[in-house]
Amino acid sequence: MIALLTLYLLAALLAPLVVRWWGRQAFLVLALVPGAGFVWTLLQLGSVLAGDDVRETVPWVPALQLEVALRLDALALTFAAFVTGVGALVLVYCARYFSPDDEGTGRFAGCLTAFAGSMLGLVLADDLLLLYVFWELTTVFSFLLIGGSGRRLAARRAASQALVLTTAGGLAMLVGLILIGQASGSFLLSEVVADPGSGTAVVWGAVLVLAGAVTKSALVPFHFWLPAAMEAPTPVSAYLHAAAMVKAGVYVVARLAPGLADVPGWRPLVLGLGVATMLVGGYRSLRQRDLKLLLAFGTVSQLGFLVTLVGAGSHELAAAGLVMTLAHALFKSTLFLTVGVIDHATGTRDLTRLSGLGRRLPVLAVAATAAAASMAGLPPLLGFVGKEAAFTALLDGGLPDRTAALTVLAGLVAGSVLTAAYTARFVWGAFARKPGAADTDVGHAPDPLFVAAPVVLALTGLVLGPASPLLDGLVAAYAGTLPLLAPEAEHLALWHGWQPALALSALTVAGGAVLFALRAPVLRLQKRFAVGASADEGYWNVLQGVDRLSVLVTGTTQRGSLPAYLGTILVAVLALPGVLLLTRAPWPGEWRAWDTPVQAVVGVVVVTAAALTLRIRQRLSAVLVVGVTGYGIAVVFALQGAPDLALTQFLVETLTLVVFVLVLRKLPKDITERHRPRERAVRGVIAVAVGAFMAAVGAVALSSRTATPVSEDYPGPAYDFGGGNNVVNVTLVDIRAWDTLGEVSLLVVAATGVASLVFLRRRTGGVDRAPRTELVQERERARRAPRDRWLAATATLDPARRSVVLEVVTRLLFHTITVFSLYLLFSGHNEPGGGFAGGLVAGLALVLRYLAGGRYELGEAAPVAPGLLLGSGLLFAGGTGIVGLALGAGVLQTAILQATVPVLGDVKLVTSLFFDIGVYLIVVGLVLDVLRSLGAELDRQEDQEDPVELDPGEMVLR
Amino acid sequence: MTPTIVLPLMIGGLYAAGVYLLLDRSLTRVLLGFLLLGNATNLLLLSGGGPAGLAPILGYSDAEEINDPLPQALILTAIVITFGVAAFVLAMIHRSWRLVREEVVGTDEEDRRVAARRAPDADELDPDDLAPDDRIAGHADSLAGDAEELADDVDLPAGSAGR
Repeated sequence: MIALLTLYLLAALLAPLVVRWWGRQAFLVLALVPGAGFVWTLLQLGSVLAGDDVRETVPWVPALQLEVALRLDALALTFAAFVTGVGALVLVYCARYFSPDDEGTGRFAGCLTAFAGSMLGLVLADDLLLLYVFWELTTVFSFLLIGGSGRRLAARRAASQALVLTTAGGLAMLVGLILIGQASGSFLLSEVVADPGSGTAVVWGAVLVLAGAVTKSALVPFHFWLPAAMEAPTPVSAYLHAAAMVKAGVYVVARLAPGLADVPGWRPLVLGLGVATMLVGGYRSLRQRDLKLLLAFGTVSQLGFLVTLVGAGSHELAAAGLVMTLAHALFKSTLFLTVGVIDHATGTRDLTRLSGLGRRLPVLAVAATAAAASMAGLPPLLGFVGKEAAFTALLDGGLPDRTAALTVLAGLVAGSVLTAAYTARFVWGAFARKPGAADTDVGHAPDPLFVAAPVVLALTGLVLGPASPLLDGLVAAYAGTLPLLAPEAEHLALWHGWQPALALSALTVAGGAVLFALRAPVLRLQKRFAVGASADEGYWNVLQGVDRLSVLVTGTTQRGSLPAYLGTILVAVLALPGVLLLTRAPWPGEWRAWDTPVQAVVGVVVVTAAALTLRIRQRLSAVLVVGVTGYGIAVVFALQGAPDLALTQFLVETLTLVVFVLVLRKLPKDITERHRPRERAVRGVIAVAVGAFMAAVGAVALSSRTATPVSEDYPGPAYDFGGGNNVVNVTLVDIRAWDTLGEVSLLVVAATGVASLVFLRRRTGGVDRAPRTELVQERERARRAPRDRWLAATATLDPARRSVVLEVVTRLLFHTITVFSLYLLFSGHNEPGGGFAGGLVAGLALVLRYLAGGRYELGEAAPVAPGLLLGSGLLFAGGTGIVGLALGAGVLQTAILQATVPVLGDVKLVTSLFFDIGVYLIVVGLVLDVLRSLGAELDRQEDQEDPVELDPGEMVLR
Repeated sequence: MTPTIVLPLMIGGLYAAGVYLLLDRSLTRVLLGFLLLGNATNLLLLSGGGPAGLAPILGYSDAEEINDPLPQALILTAIVITFGVAAFVLAMIHRSWRLVREEVVGTDEEDRRVAARRAPDADELDPDDLAPDDRIAGHADSLAGDAEELADDVDLPAGSAGR
């Protein structure tokens, strides 16, 4: 079974390709797949009848106890047979339905094949959740098939309507399935049906599952999506809306009825909605002029009939229901395909314009009439057998309650009268010669292959009528799982003798004939009693209401002002956690003044600097004052006993200043004040409140700490397993290495973001090396010994912008700084330092080169693309993790290699060093990226042409 | 554990200044506010690690005397990430300046448009408001729409039914 589903999947994936190669003939090849499924299904008949279900189980998500459990029993086999058989015939039909030059045929073929596979999976699934997965797959593919190319508004609306309704039902069903699965203790359908459990959970589960089935099978009040879906091409209507998708609801009801029919609420819902649907569908069908719509409402009516039968929960009605389901799949597909042929040949489906087609298309007319006879319940067709069985069952038993049985029977007979009437209307409308109407022109005679599918389906219905005793075993195998309420089980047969059911059948046919003969008065009557409202309009009104509500909510809450949003969030923080803090938090009993007095001094400086930033309007000064707070924090870190942090903070603060200056040189000197005094006051209140809140949080968090921190145990293992003395560094590269990996990835993203915001069209510019010729000239002009290329690119700078002091300092310091950065990297495991600090120091060395020598010097100093550094850094860091995995240890676990090497003496190599090298490369890459884009690229834009023009008198910081 | 007075005061001051700047419309001020908030948060984490101690480096200090290494590791990456994000915001400021010669958090025009929206999309219109060709099939039979055509079943003028 899994192989079969895989075959469908492959066929669906290859379908567009195959269609491109062979055009519409490709459908013939695709038809082989459901054809193979049909043959396989029939081959299992023997073992299924013998009581051996065919099962396959493959674990899928063991943690969720989800498995691909497939099972083929009598019910599944019946559905699978027509899902595959009709599927194959519809695909054959497609090979002639589409013109060779139609667009989008490949996409259609893929979707249809995929749909056929999902439908087969749905009837084979034995797991509740797997059933749901296939259920939603059919919904999605039906959406794609109805919508078609998506260019027509009507098709889009029909598709989205079907999707909204069936998905809503599907979600309800998912909840229902989970409730049922929980109540019964198993998610296997076979076990759920055997023992569904009890209690309110099961009742609600059953109701919710029915909601899914009702929407999918287009029962009242959700029936309207099915006629709307007639926007789809005819093969889709014939397959999805006759044989397959709408039968999914019937299938689920039939599947669960043996377990859930006695749950309170099941029978009233199923029988009430079923009978109502049968009547509404038949009534609406009688006034359609479009043949396809007539059939669509007929399908709605029949679906109500089928759900009533299979959901009743008795042996005899279930048997009748299964036969009717099969018969319906056969005759309704035939009729839809017939309409497709007529539409193709004449260009219209309007029954008032079609006339005299019976003589022009005799084969088609005979096939369609046979199918229609089955629909109306005329002997000797399968539809007659099914309907007789249903009437007999309800006369003798069928339901536990006699009154209910007779009421349902009355409903079904009335529905069948309507069925017979619209069947007559269909045959008359499609094929009869109408008085006063000219014979319709048949453009071209249909290809024999085109007519083959409806003929084969009609013939099957014709043969299965007299041969219905052959179906008895299969039907009884399913119906036997339900209790027998009638005195004895009727066997399927064409002739049961003179009995009341036969009279009812005759009554329905006669009633239908009368209704058809009186069609003009009936129409006038329908018009007179037309109801203003319809479920369809209700649907659109609800949808519009939701749309308006969403606009209202979005419009009132999203005013488009970021400060307002942030303010709202902060006020919420104050209102909820803030109030809790005030009322419930344990306040510290005692306070210390400070850790060291120096801390207090630094604190005064930091808070003063922070306060100053609020009033400073000059950009650069504001940045410098913020920098003061940063350096102050670094001192606090050092005092607190965190040399690594102090080092990193100093380096980052310096780098931040440089980058700020690089960008701010492009901006006006002053920040424009844009806020009214009142706004500033509100901001001030929020700011002070948040500050007080956070201060309190800091104090309360510390005083209310009761548990021992996890880091208490870090030092020992840090050395034993991480192989390092610097606990902070070991924490970064080993104990919490996953964290670090995520954080350096974030750095890569930030660097890429910076570069793309500046370069726009590329990841980075090329490496800007100094032009060779210019350097050579410079060297000649100097008439000195060649100075090689060391800081040579300074030659490209405007002499006024060169600084001799900076150049000399750079020459003296660059190598020293670089070596120092490497030292920090390698010693970081045991001393303060590590990949972050080392990378920042190397970045500062690059900053120095750039400041001294301009953008070409940056290219000379680091002639690599930053992306390469970032990528290889990630590779190093991630690769270390994978190596650990490959060696059999955990991901990112450190291995310690110790050896005595002749010259170096004792060497201890810890593999997390490579992780740190990755971090180092990423940090260098980040700094280089920032310099490359915010430094060098902005220089280049200025050197060449700067699209930013200045107003006269405006000052820009350079 | 006993909290100090100095650290919460520093934290509160930095947060207050940071929030004030964050609520400004000027992107430069927003970024400065962001940096202050970053510093304040790092300090908050650090103060959560308990009282000052020795550097968490074995061999240099005993395991009992060291400052908690876990907040330190968290802060260390936070510092570098703050730098990365700050650089990104700076690039945005530059971009915004080049494009519109402003560096402000403007009002989101899309939000304003949604708020001002009157008519729904065509896909959500009432079927009766659509052109007949755009109505979906099932709707075509609503009796109100084509009552005339239904008056006589057979001799109809060539109508609009069907596709």
